[in-house]
Amino acid sequence: MELSGAEILVQSLKDEGVEYIFGYPGGSVLHIYDALFKQEEVKHVLVRHEQGATHSADGYARATGKPGVVLVTSGPGATNAVTGIATAYMDSIPMVVISGQTPTPMIGSDAFQEVDTVGITRPCVKHNFLVKDVRDIAETLKKAFYIATTGRPGPVLVDIPKDVTDPAVLVSYEYPSKVSLRSYNPSVKGHKGQIKKALQVMLAARRPILYTGGGVILGEASEELVSLTKKLGFPITNTLMGLGSYPATDRQFIGMLGMHGTYEANKAMHECDTLIAIGSRFDDRVTGKLSEFCPDATIIHVDIDPASISKNVKVDIPIVGEVKGVLKEMLKLLDNGEFTPNPELTVKWWERIEKWRSYNCLEYDRKSTLIKPQYVVEQLYEVTKGEAYVTSDVGQHQMYAAQYYKFNKPRRWINSGGLGTMGFGLPAAIGVKLAHPDADVACVTGEGSIQMCIQELSTALQYKTPVKIINLNNGYLGMVRQWQEFTYESRYSHSYMDTIPEFMKLAESYGHVGMRIDKKEDVRGALEEAFALKDRTVFLDFITDPTENVYPMIEAGKGHHEMRLAPGMITDEDLA
Amino acid sequence: MRHILSILMENEAGALSRVAGLFSARGYNIESLTVAPTEDPSMSRMTLVTRGTDEVVEQITKQLNKLIDVVKLIDLAESAHIEREIMLVKVHAQGSYREEVKRLAEIFRGSIIDVTASSFIIEVTGAQDKLDAFLNALEEQSVFEVVRSGATGISRGEKGLHL
Repeated sequence: MELSGAEILVQSLKDEGVEYIFGYPGGSVLHIYDALFKQEEVKHVLVRHEQGATHSADGYARATGKPGVVLVTSGPGATNAVTGIATAYMDSIPMVVISGQTPTPMIGSDAFQEVDTVGITRPCVKHNFLVKDVRDIAETLKKAFYIATTGRPGPVLVDIPKDVTDPAVLVSYEYPSKVSLRSYNPSVKGHKGQIKKALQVMLAARRPILYTGGGVILGEASEELVSLTKKLGFPITNTLMGLGSYPATDRQFIGMLGMHGTYEANKAMHECDTLIAIGSRFDDRVTGKLSEFCPDATIIHVDIDPASISKNVKVDIPIVGEVKGVLKEMLKLLDNGEFTPNPELTVKWWERIEKWRSYNCLEYDRKSTLIKPQYVVEQLYEVTKGEAYVTSDVGQHQMYAAQYYKFNKPRRWINSGGLGTMGFGLPAAIGVKLAHPDADVACVTGEGSIQMCIQELSTALQYKTPVKIINLNNGYLGMVRQWQEFTYESRYSHSYMDTIPEFMKLAESYGHVGMRIDKKEDVRGALEEAFALKDRTVFLDFITDPTENVYPMIEAGKGHHEMRLAPGMITDEDLA
Repeated sequence: MRHILSILMENEAGALSRVAGLFSARGYNIESLTVAPTEDPSMSRMTLVTRGTDEVVEQITKQLNKLIDVVKLIDLAESAHIEREIMLVKVHAQGSYREEVKRLAEIFRGSIIDVTASSFIIEVTGAQDKLDAFLNALEEQSVFEVVRSGATGISRGEKGLHL
């Protein structure tokens, strides 16, 4: 079969099984857009800004486990995509980004819409390619998908100069059935000896805790994690990225840990004697002050990426391998009787944890006449019966969503954890809705974040992706305001927006339904009404208490035991 | 501690900048770096000298191994190895100092490869400390240009860096 470069590219996407491609046309990708026009299998979603394309592809990837695919033009098309690429990179999300480039003979001449895309994206991709020969397109794409989706996943960018997709140049096409790279061997099995050694330590523990992260979700190992945790009978905490990998409503789940983790999770981390880290990377928002991190613990770490091991915290028993395989091996050793848990060892530990849990650290002022943001998320949880896909932006609302929406299944909680990208939520929700058209999809956001990618409301109408936008509008960049209150003596430097659009009207002008809710008693009804409108995107603008803060909080540079709790809470330390 | 990382990488455009970019992005330090093709034209070999604690160097090697273009790497400093660097030194050499420079060059097994009425260029090869010693032996004011290649190295015996 003889095809042009542009046709090869589109055919390769088909052969790779790509369903959606999120993009924006421009000069150097016009040949590719012409090839897209002549087919129907690969559905193109025209976003309103390239950042939106990457976030939509990212949301699609997080909700499905399949790679998200993006197509942008050279120059500003590529630079606009960088934020979304970096977002995917920090959270290890599989993504393939195809960018157009100035024709080969003009590269380096400062041509119109030329930037060094490979150079600019190098630090925030798993790998990138510049394709200089039409005969290399198919193989390069195969490699790109292979690298993006295997090992520790991540974004891969393929930069293609315009002349390489020239419709007049035809070459033979065959999509490689497989690819191997001598310098890249992603499939790693955990070392059996290390796994046994880890189990031995785990089963002798008196104060164990499982601390698991996004790697469990990326590695599709949620089922194994649940079985193992049940068999061990240990308490489990999830990172922000790991929420949903273990059912939040289960008794053994003691909440999220870290900067805005629960009292019981952080206390248990601080006092544990054995820490079992699985697919988590000891991020600074999780560990707090490193010198005071889990001072008494023997640390076991399971991770597919050897570079994650002992990067921030020295690990005693490292296991490099795919989480799913390692957990299966552990389950096998427990099932065949080689190892037997002794629940009596942890009875006292559980008593202490239950005590910590009884303080109910997520309680807030329910008597307030103002709409509390926590209340909105709780109501969202009830109205959607805990079954919705929830995306978020970044800030206080993100933490409220993580704390108060109890995720029981993996891939339901979709947020920018590592990079902390405002503007992520809405485009991500569009990607999720395309992947799961029958599911409820909510974007929990704030009046600051939503304005960073608000233009995607237009995309949501064109592609009929009816998502519900839960805007927790407190008039402030809330998380910044909170830090300023705590550490800058309430000098609210530029964290207040004096002018905010009327979101209801804005939503209507984009062709959606807008609602403004400023009374507490209307919250439930508005949510029910919005979710009943199955085929409409609804923008719910909740006017919330501007002074509410996220608790508990470990301020930067403090240890897990130094939590700032909601005013009026009583703890061990008070009683001692 | 000083480490000499020997890296086999795909002979691809941009491979060098991936390594250099990794060092600057993660705040590691590069003391010297040399790169050239190998007996296998599809690969090039880089010798990179860095300093850091054992933990830092362990992270550096893990991060380097993560780069898709890196095929294999070893830390030469971990076992018996040979290290060489080439240095070209231009010195002012007039009057009686000409003889003095010639003698010094001989002692360090260097060779004079360019001569004018007022200057010599001396080529010296060896490990870093030998080249440092030669520079120290010359009169400081006489040295007016120094070019060093950076260290390159190979492990002794059968052991080595192959595919």
